Amino acid sequence: MAISVETARQVKELERYKYGFVTDIEADTAPKGLSEEIVRFISAKKGEPQWLLNWRLKAYEQWLSMPEPDWAQLSFPPIDYQDAYYYSAPKQASDGPKTIGDVDPKLLETYEKLGIPLHEQEILAGVQERSNIAVDAVFDSVSVATTFKHKLEEAGVIFCSISEAVQRCPDLVRRYLGSVVPVGDNKHACLNSAVFTDGSFVYIPKGVRCPMELSTYFRINAANTGQFERTLIVADEGSHVSYLEGCTAPMRDENQLHAAVVELVALDEAEIKYSTVQNWYPGDADGVGGIYNFVTKRGACRGCNSKISWTQVETGSAITWKYPSCILQGEGSVGEFHSIAITNNHQQADTGTKMIHLGPNTKSRIISKGISAGRSSQSYRGLVKISPKAHGARNHTQCDSLLVGDSCAAHTVPYIESRNAEAQVEHEATTSRISEDQLFYCRQRGIPEEQAVALVVNGFCRDVLQQLPMEFAVEAQKLVGISLEGSVG
Amino acid sequence: MLEIENLQVAVEGKEILKGLSLKLPAGEVHAIMGPNGSGKSTLSYVLAGRDGYEVTQGRVLFKGEDLLEMEPEKRAAAGVFLAFQYPVEIPGVANTTFLKEAANAVRMARGEEPHDALRFVKLLRAKTKELGMSDEMLKRPVNSGFSGGEKKRNEMLQMAMLEPSLAILDETDSGLDIDALKTVSDAVNAMRAENRTFLVITHYQRLLNHIVPDQIHVLAGGRIVRSGGQELAAELEARGYADILSAAA
Repeated sequence: MAISVETARQVKELERYKYGFVTDIEADTAPKGLSEEIVRFISAKKGEPQWLLNWRLKAYEQWLSMPEPDWAQLSFPPIDYQDAYYYSAPKQASDGPKTIGDVDPKLLETYEKLGIPLHEQEILAGVQERSNIAVDAVFDSVSVATTFKHKLEEAGVIFCSISEAVQRCPDLVRRYLGSVVPVGDNKHACLNSAVFTDGSFVYIPKGVRCPMELSTYFRINAANTGQFERTLIVADEGSHVSYLEGCTAPMRDENQLHAAVVELVALDEAEIKYSTVQNWYPGDADGVGGIYNFVTKRGACRGCNSKISWTQVETGSAITWKYPSCILQGEGSVGEFHSIAITNNHQQADTGTKMIHLGPNTKSRIISKGISAGRSSQSYRGLVKISPKAHGARNHTQCDSLLVGDSCAAHTVPYIESRNAEAQVEHEATTSRISEDQLFYCRQRGIPEEQAVALVVNGFCRDVLQQLPMEFAVEAQKLVGISLEGSVG
Repeated sequence: MLEIENLQVAVEGKEILKGLSLKLPAGEVHAIMGPNGSGKSTLSYVLAGRDGYEVTQGRVLFKGEDLLEMEPEKRAAAGVFLAFQYPVEIPGVANTTFLKEAANAVRMARGEEPHDALRFVKLLRAKTKELGMSDEMLKRPVNSGFSGGEKKRNEMLQMAMLEPSLAILDETDSGLDIDALKTVSDAVNAMRAENRTFLVITHYQRLLNHIVPDQIHVLAGGRIVRSGGQELAAELEARGYADILSAAA
């Protein structure tokens, strides 16, 4: 695989952030600012049942008095929550597109630029490369199209926007929404609960292996708009699903807020594999603009021998605050966290995971690869907690940091709390600098410097890249190269 | 092929090469011998373009071009290859991937099409076999966990794939057992050609029994103090550097 050669070629073709375009679409936008009225407005726009409105209002009330989490190693000015829009929908979509044909062609064009094929016909005809992936696309605040609905329905899989799920299968949504990330979990999750506008919902019935990869693409387009999507995935007994999330945003000088919540529930013997390629606009080389990415992701392994695995490639956002976690309740359940986080220029990331071992014989594995370049700063923050009942619990953590250049920072903050004497907890950590020797060796063999950095970093991340679904591994490898552009010389 | 004129090089302010001149015609094999600290490795790094070596005087022409003006990757593309004394490990990057990236980067810089994937693998397998290496080594990360001998063979494999016009071997024989020494020498001998020049840097005469050079130069105190034919190597082996150095002083 001549990944880096291709990367170098691609970099030449592209602007530094190729997703930085803005689509000129008429939008239906709520008045600026946050208030109870806005919460009611959003709920009304979506025609939600009373219970959900009440849920939102309760969250809003709680949010008002909640303090911001301040323990992360991040610095940014206080967020003015009144200076953002909380609802923005492409105008046409507010009438609800029924089929792909109803979607504004401009919107489809945008998604095509992003490389997301929504034309089912083309996909089915095999014209498009990603022929076996169902896509849900969320544009600003609403989901605009979900592909492959019929094929999924045949298998009994429900894959739709969460707004649609509220109408279609309210019992499922009501039962699981907020059951993993409670309303008052943290200030950002609380805000999301009050104003979440859309996101994806997945239900895999008992014993079903989802016939294709599921994927959601999130896109912030409108200016000054926060995006608050909510994703809920429920894997019933013995089922299996692999889900991928991708994100991009236009280049804008102001900071935009993104506060998502993702909840996963795995019942007996079920397996959920959740992968993220996060490429929100990171701001320019001087640190102006970019997305504030404050995300709460958590999975509950409720059933015996269930498994939840998080894989993330984080290259975007001005600030990342994100700890995809697993609650290992079911006996013998397994949690995994594989992460690559790359920060360049002035980006800041505080990211890691929590593995909460409640049940006996639960296992978790953490592999974190952090790459800091430019003037960026990055922290790995992880918690491994073993409860008294978690007999035979095991954890292995491997946490590696790589520094590129001499103006960046990397921190590792692991917490281990074991209340069970039999538990086995292992933690390995390394910090290294990308070595002059390696770069010179590559260059002596004819590989240009930036390509050499991409090659060495890709090697450093290999363990994690291998965890990604095939289709996205190559994309992620390219992204690694592009993200590090300008980090040397 | 290569003309070095009055080359003076300092490392961290300390003068290492003090006016070295050398001419390597196309198709010839020249050996540089010398005691520790004489500047042998400095010479190889300066020619390859490593940072931290300050050229204070002199010039180097490679195929008539000013070599010292070029970035390391441009020198590689122009045909300069350095077999490292201590090959570098690159964890997580498969040997095949590395070789392909390198070969294609060089080809692209020369305005040639990248290798066709299938043909590349065929070529690579053939060369690997010639060097007595296993295919399994191609899958392993570059030099990671390789033994000393494996690393040096791997350098020869890279050389064979990149087909340079000037190959500099920096103490390639160090740390090799007799069998590995023979494999490495055979690889070099097989590549000797009219349009290819070798600069073999070594501490010991024994390598020169296998790779017979056209000329031998003795480097001491940052200068070439003597040049001669194969008989010079024998003289060094018998009497050591001390005599020659005192004679040259």
